Formats: sequence, C-alpha cells, structure tokens
Amino acid sequence: MLRANLLALGILLLLLGLWEGSCRIVEVPIFILPPPSLIARTALLQAPLILPHALTTALEIICGIGLALAVAIPLAMSMFAYPWLERALSPFLVASQAIPVFALAPLLVVWLGYGMAGKVLMAAIIIFFPITVSLLEGFKGCDREYRVLFRLMGAGFWQTMRLLYWPWALPHFFAGLRVGVTVATIGAVIGEWVGAQKGLGYLMIQANARLKVDLVFALILWLSLMGLLLWFGVGWLEKKSIRWKYKQ
Amino acid sequence: MLSVSGLTKVFDQQPVFSGFDLTVTRNRFAVLIGPSGCGKSTFFDVLTGVTPADAGALRWQGEEVCHLGEVAAYMHQKDLLLPWFSLLENSLLPARTGGGDLHQARSRALQLFSRLGLSGYEQHLPHQVSGGMRQRCALVRTLMFNRDLILLDEPLSALDAITRKSLQSLLVLLQSEFDRTLVMITHDVDEALLLADDLYLLSVKPMAIRDKIVLHGDKPRRFDNPELLAMKETILQQLQGDIEHVAG
Repeated sequence: MLRANLLALGILLLLLGLWEGSCRIVEVPIFILPPPSLIARTALLQAPLILPHALTTALEIICGIGLALAVAIPLAMSMFAYPWLERALSPFLVASQAIPVFALAPLLVVWLGYGMAGKVLMAAIIIFFPITVSLLEGFKGCDREYRVLFRLMGAGFWQTMRLLYWPWALPHFFAGLRVGVTVATIGAVIGEWVGAQKGLGYLMIQANARLKVDLVFALILWLSLMGLLLWFGVGWLEKKSIRWKYKQ
Repeated sequence: MLSVSGLTKVFDQQPVFSGFDLTVTRNRFAVLIGPSGCGKSTFFDVLTGVTPADAGALRWQGEEVCHLGEVAAYMHQKDLLLPWFSLLENSLLPARTGGGDLHQARSRALQLFSRLGLSGYEQHLPHQVSGGMRQRCALVRTLMFNRDLILLDEPLSALDAITRKSLQSLLVLLQSEFDRTLVMITHDVDEALLLADDLYLLSVKPMAIRDKIVLHGDKPRRFDNPELLAMKETILQQLQGDIEHVAG
C-alpha cells in the first residue's frame, strides 16, 4: 500500500516537474499554459473569490446526489419487486443515458431558469443510472438459499428487503455511488456553463473569456479536489455502513 | 406426520414428477436419494413453495397446507448466517420475521446458546467464529423456528470432513433431543446411510420412489459395518444403472 502511494506520488511529482520545467525552458505564455506553481498560487490566493462559487457547485452536487438517491433507491426496489416493471422501464433507462447530457443542458435552462434547479437535475440525471443499476444487480445477486430461508421464516417482501436484500446489496450500492459522485461534478459544471450566475462552471467561463488561463486551471484543481473529497467521503460512509465486510 | 400425495410438476410438457406420494411419520429422519438431475431440487422447491405444484396435496399433521414453508424450518449445507448480524441476532431472525415475542425469544435463544456451547459468543459476527460454531448457531436458528418439521437441502455435501462430522452429530441431536421430524434430499449415498431412518431411493425423471430402505442402529452410523457397506454398493449400483439406462 505504502509502495503504491509512493509510486503515485512519484509519478505526480515527475509530471508536475516536467510541466513546470517545460513552461520555464520554452517560456510558454501564461495565457496558453501556465506553470503548475502559478496555478497552485492562484488556487490559494484566489480562494476568497473561488470559495463562494465552490460552495454553490458543491451544494448543487450534493442536492443532485440526494435527488438521484431519492429516485434510484425506490426505483431499484420496485424493479426488483416487480420484474415486469424492470422489463418495461429498462429501455427508457438505457435511452436516458444514451442522450448526451450537453444536449439537455440548454433545455433545462429554458425550463428551470438560471438558478440551482437545472444544475441539480443535471447532476441527478448523471448519477441516478449507475446507482439504480448497481443496486438492482445487488438485490438480484442475493443467493437463492437465503431467499428460501426467509420465505420459510415467513418474512414478507419488505421485511426481507430490510433484513436481507438491502444489506446484501450495500456493497453494490456504494460501488454505484462512487461512480456516480465522481461524474456528478460534470453534470453540475455543464449546467453552469450553459447558464448560471454562480458556481465554478460559471467562473470558469468568465475566466476563460478574459484569458485568465491560470484561474481556469485553478478552478479545475478545485473541482478535482471536490471530486476526490466526494470519493473519499463515500468511501468513509461505505466503511461505516458495511463494517462487517471490512472486518472479514 | 407429513403426507405428500399425487404431487405433480411439469416443465415444458415434460413431467419432472407425476403423482408423487410420500409419507414421513413423526420423529423419523427421511432421506430422499437420487442421481443428480432426477428432480430432487424441483421437488424441494415445490415443498418449500419456491415453485408451485401443478397438482397434488401436502398435509402436515393431517391439515392440508399450500407448501411446507408454512410449517417447516430449513437447514442448508451453508450455515446461511447473515454476516452483518451477530450470532444472537441471526438466531433471532425467525422470531423477528414471524412477529413473535422478541423478549421471550431472546431468553430461549440464550438458553440454546448455552446448551450448544456458544455462550460468550452471542455478540460475535459470524466470520469471527469457527465453521463448527457457525453451524451450531444455524442449528439454534433452526430450533428458533419452533417448527417440528425440518427440511434439509443437501446439508453436508460441500463441507470439510471435520465440519461435516460435527454437523452430522447436530442433525442427530435435532431428531433425538429436540424431537424433530427431518426430511433430507441428497445425492450423497454415504450421508444418506449415516443418518437416515427411512431411505427413499429415487428414479430418474419422471422422479418416483423405486425403493424404500428402513435402517436401524445408533446414529450417526459408521462405515466399519459390513452390512452398511454392502447396502452402499447395492444403492450405488441401482443409481448407476438408472444413469446408464438414461444415457443408453
């Protein structure tokens, strides 16, 4: 583990060193490619400007995750309870993912305005699919012998869901949630690019128009950090929720 | 007494069994043995209510039941303990799903834990104890069903020698000390001869009882008895003959 971490850190430092060195030796203009040291300085010094926008984007992502969970969990449970519902809804679910999210963004601005709602919905649309699919697969993966046992214990569907299917599917659920939260930033930022008054995507568009490329990179860095934070946050929640699995 | 009369199950116009009759008297250990693919698992699924029967009736203690899920407990070769619950919580599952008095069930479970040498391990998770202890916990859970009939689905076939021996003793204990009636399906001749009081030899599809052997003596039996070894040879020849007849 330590070796892997050291290797990852080594690769990162090497790439940053190459980038920094190339920028200094070739003297690339900073409005084309700023060196990493300038990006880091901008990310820190511009923090008072970036922070309120980052909070807006973070709120959109968190609300998006909440909305996605509110739809995905009952949907996966219903599709598991009623296989005919799964057969009926599967084509629509797949189609919803085949539509490029960029194409939906302008429509959502028209329908929901420049506020948070459109961005929340964008994030939710991106996240809900991996959560629904992984949760459903988790439910389906429950061994037949356990189902028979619960049947013979006289457990109803929802009782079995609470005691057996849900804990059984939790590792799958968290796998889906991890995928979901990492792409959630994409949904929120695309929404902000198309039409917003606040948020990291909005700030990115403003900085890009003024050729403040160092700020654009600094914002990308903030977004990456937010994605990492969400990833580790879900990982922490997973370890807390399925402690039995990690103790095994 | 368990009575199965005229039980019929047809798949794709091919009868798996047709007009199947079986009677198991109280406190007997009935073992149904047949070659793989003869329809034992389908029969078990029909008994437990996983698959509906096409015709026939099931009676327990003279009363007709839709399936034995209403009146029987279940034991499998896997201990089927839920890894997210402690041993005590696992043993209380039948009381939780059956809507019984949890306080009373808890006292009874603790008594059984003490009797089966599990005291002090109540709060341990299944992976924290040995295979033998997990099997004993599964036995406590089976007893907590409060049902006189126990269905056994190949309970020993995939176990290592030590756990197998320990579980054989536990099954005998179930019958002798806890006064239960046991019905086991298996394709393992050794397992059948060691444990059965009444051994039913099954034919290939459509499955039917081709022979009934009544066994005597203390259980679990030992294979140093020449009579038992001769019986094993005879049964193996009959099963082999059936398989070759189908293949031919």
